[in-house]
Amino acid sequence: MAAETQIRIASDKDVVTARQQGRAVALQTGFTVSEATLIATAISELARNIVSYANPGSVTLKPANGANGAVGITIIASDSGPGIADIAQALRDGYSSSGGLGLGLPGVRRLMDEFDINSRAGGGTTVTVTKWLP
Amino acid sequence: MQVPILKQGSVLIATIQAALSDADLLELRTALVQQVVRFRSAGVIVDVTAMDVMDSFASRTLLEISHMIRLRGAATVIVGIQPEVAFAMVQLGLTLEDVPTALDLEEGLAYLQQKSRSMN
Repeated sequence: MAAETQIRIASDKDVVTARQQGRAVALQTGFTVSEATLIATAISELARNIVSYANPGSVTLKPANGANGAVGITIIASDSGPGIADIAQALRDGYSSSGGLGLGLPGVRRLMDEFDINSRAGGGTTVTVTKWLP
Repeated sequence: MQVPILKQGSVLIATIQAALSDADLLELRTALVQQVVRFRSAGVIVDVTAMDVMDSFASRTLLEISHMIRLRGAATVIVGIQPEVAFAMVQLGLTLEDVPTALDLEEGLAYLQQKSRSMN
């Protein structure tokens, strides 16, 4: 996989672009169609959060290189929106502040191998997730 | 990207042909509900074979479509969820529990026919 790709997220159309690019990069990295679909689904959820809460922002796709020669893909969803006041609450299944199904962040956490969130009220949110090739 | 809706007797068939944005999904919801009213349809099939991803928004919209159409006295069946899409949906926690699903268009039509027979 080449260098990193950054996709600006400002509308619902960008959500589709981001997940399609993510799928393509995942397949290039060597993930199966099934794994690439998991990755594309996670990107869709992360990008939608940006459109719903913190428009605009960006999704960055980049190669991941871990210990023991592990290879994978890292996705960084970043915005400078209002931030998340209560991260523990946002990570709980069934919690939604937008009338959604409340599966966004906890769902993404289940789809990916590594999950990290950084957010400050008023200071934007960055979610970094990684999926390793099995 | 507009989703074509085909009228076949008392059934409407909406075939999603490419990845849909949130706005496209909401447009599909409106168009289907309007046409169910206009044609007094008994059943709706939404064919999602070409959908690349079924995330929480798409699932919620399909649920809403099915609930709205049920309130009109008609039935909805979702057909063509790809195996890898189903795999990702379950991991995400999406099960579309109270929406009937079928393998493909043919099975979906058979489901609706059986349902309308049992009502008569």
